[in-house]
Amino acid sequence: MTRVTVKVDGSSYTDDVEPRTLLVHYLREQLGKTGTVVGCDTGNCGACTVHLDGRSVKACSVLAVQADGHEVTTIEGLATNGQLHPMQQAFHENHALQCGYCTPGMIMQSIDLLAENPDPTEDQIRLGLEGNLCRCTGYQNIVRAVKAAAGGAK
Amino acid sequence: MIPAGFEYYAPTSVDEAVTLLHDHEDAKVLAGGQSLFAVLRVRLAAFESLVDLGKIDELRGIRDDGDALVIGAMTPHSVVQIDPQVFDHARLISLATATIADPQVRHRGTFGGSLAHADPAGDLPAVAVALDASFVIAGPGGRRTVGASEFFQGVFTTAVGEDEVLVEVRVPKYTGWGAHYEKFNRVAQQWSIVAVAAAVRLEGDTIAEARVGLTNMGSTPIRATAVEQALVGQPATADAVRAAAERAADGTSPPTDLNGDADYRRHLASVLTRRAVLAAAGTG
Ligand SMILES: Cc1cc2nc3c(=O)[nH]c(=O)nc-3n(C[C@H](O)[C@H](O)[C@H](O)COP(=O)(O)OP(=O)(O)OC[C@H]3O[C@@H](n4cnc5c(N)ncnc54)[C@H](O)[C@@H]3O)c2cc1C
Ligand code: FES
Ligand code: FES
Repeated sequence: MTRVTVKVDGSSYTDDVEPRTLLVHYLREQLGKTGTVVGCDTGNCGACTVHLDGRSVKACSVLAVQADGHEVTTIEGLATNGQLHPMQQAFHENHALQCGYCTPGMIMQSIDLLAENPDPTEDQIRLGLEGNLCRCTGYQNIVRAVKAAAGGAK
Repeated sequence: MIPAGFEYYAPTSVDEAVTLLHDHEDAKVLAGGQSLFAVLRVRLAAFESLVDLGKIDELRGIRDDGDALVIGAMTPHSVVQIDPQVFDHARLISLATATIADPQVRHRGTFGGSLAHADPAGDLPAVAVALDASFVIAGPGGRRTVGASEFFQGVFTTAVGEDEVLVEVRVPKYTGWGAHYEKFNRVAQQWSIVAVAAAVRLEGDTIAEARVGLTNMGSTPIRATAVEQALVGQPATADAVRAAAERAADGTSPPTDLNGDADYRRHLASVLTRRAVLAAAGTG
């Protein structure tokens, strides 16, 4: 067991973890933050996307011990005082989800995308979401939502 | 799935990392983990110890060293991709890095990890071979430098020994050269079925020098020397480049897999070489 101290969604946690514990399992099983989901075994689907020190990563491809001393934001940390984050609101308003399984990862990656490029073209949105797979929507409304969130942020 | 158990070490210096690797049987270097965790998660492999290079500051960053750029092994793809020095002096690296995987993977995956991993479908090895990069490797006996042609030895096999660490990569400057990385795949986020890395230096409309590297045309990245020689002295026109590009697959033994057989890959190599060289000539 290794002791880690990680700031997650604004709160600090200190826990003993096995080195082999993936960050996504630490978040879900030790911290109870089940908003971040696991969709694959290969690192392809992006459903597990969180922010590590402000940059998007796949939480199934980082060890919990590697997050020691760092800051993690999950989908559960986006809303403030019951107010949805603008990207969550945009996904809601543009019907950018059906089953919703890909949505936590899509939203976290979309926020990262706009942080890097506040006014992306449609092609840039599609390329920026290349690491997130959706089996339901056909992506159209997801792209629309990101566009809307970008417009709203201006 | 969850990887099998291992001991975890996070040294803060290269010497410490080398000592850990030397003192522990069955220890493995962990860089960005973007290839390693995929293998550990499904238990295609397991190691008794992982030595994480993530806390070694010396391994991260890009510096100008006169006639070469020096890229630290642990520099993430996302940093290399937008670095202005890399763009000015080794643009082929910027362009190829941008095609790797997706943004999340590029935030964690590292320049050195991609090279040390030596996946035949990986995008950076062919670029390193085309640009004649050299590799600084640290081991129990000190540091040594290995050229690109000796570095890549086979599928997932390089000159880096089990108790060694790839420290940094020296890339000669190609200031003012045109560059293009032409990657062929069919779906988003896919690895290269075949890809071609090309850099050319023009004098007027004539190709004065050319470098061409091939991805996934054999067990190691390949320098297409026959194409390079055929290009030198030629005008950068579609006809001249097409004729030279026909030699792209000379002497290669490309793999056959679900994405295509060897003949298909040979055909791709010449088509992609033509496109890559013409595009590179257009950007010089
Ligand atoms: C979904 C997905 C898609 C991808 N698509 C592409 C793609 O299109 N093109 C592409 O090129 N790559 C692709 N990759 C791989 C990506 O580029 C990885 O970043 C890279 O292959 C490995 O780098 P890493 O830093 O993550 O290394 P790790 O996974 O940590 O290590 C990989 C191997 O290299 C060894 N190693 C790493 N660094 C060193 C060092 N400094 N010294 C000695 N040994 C070392 C490790 O021991 C291990 O054996 C993809 C990965 C994923 C998950
Ligand atoms: S669970 Fe699919 S990428 Fe992490
Ligand atoms: S909404 Fe079902 S996977 Fe995207």
